[in-house]
Amino acid sequence: MKIKVVYLASLREQLGKSGEDLEIAPATSTVAGLRALLMARGGAWQAALAQGRALRVAVNQEMAQPTTPVKPGDEIAFFPPVTGG
Amino acid sequence: MAVRIQTKDFDAGAEITALRRGNPKIGAVASFIGVCRDASDGTAVTKMTLEHYPGMTEKALEKIVAEAKARWDVMEVLVVHRVGELKPTDQIVLVVVTGAHRGEAFAACEFIMDYLKTRAPFWKKEETPQGARWVEARASDDEAAQRWEPPKSSAA
Repeated sequence: MKIKVVYLASLREQLGKSGEDLEIAPATSTVAGLRALLMARGGAWQAALAQGRALRVAVNQEMAQPTTPVKPGDEIAFFPPVTGG
Repeated sequence: MAVRIQTKDFDAGAEITALRRGNPKIGAVASFIGVCRDASDGTAVTKMTLEHYPGMTEKALEKIVAEAKARWDVMEVLVVHRVGELKPTDQIVLVVVTGAHRGEAFAACEFIMDYLKTRAPFWKKEETPQGARWVEARASDDEAAQRWEPPKSSAA
């Protein structure tokens, strides 16, 4: 299935990428599954997305959890904890 | 529009006047302005860049405003947040809440800021004499937001 992935703020800098369109196996059906898939790229991906790193995820621009489902056409954004205001 | 993201500065007086629109039911106007400081964590800050997640930012702020309106008896709410490059003394964010009485307006205004700090997708990058650095989220901001969580029902 096709999805859109977005990387923001310090995570974008660590990955050297602001986003990408991905074709993933339907079995990668949750946020946690997608994170694991991206980490498997190794290098900066492994380091920046490692468990224990404070990361937030939004699915279709709503805050999400590791268990949130990922469906075809979804926009999944990874970013650090927010610091506005 | 209750929520605005913009690069340009804002005029709090003009915004408040517009929000009140001469409404004689309003007895209280509570407002907050967040301002860029020249230092953080003991390091000089010469400039900062505010980044956001267009689309989600507006939705997240609108949700916070809707929740504030549901929890307190207030009338109008305005949130203006700037993005892009800001210097010390520049205004960053404006929250205005109008209502019949000050208690509800103060509480809603503080709630909106506490939730904005922990739930709206903005990130600050500071320029310091040692180079640029992304601002780290603070535990104290999470604690401030948690004050507003509904009390947990005690397990019987």
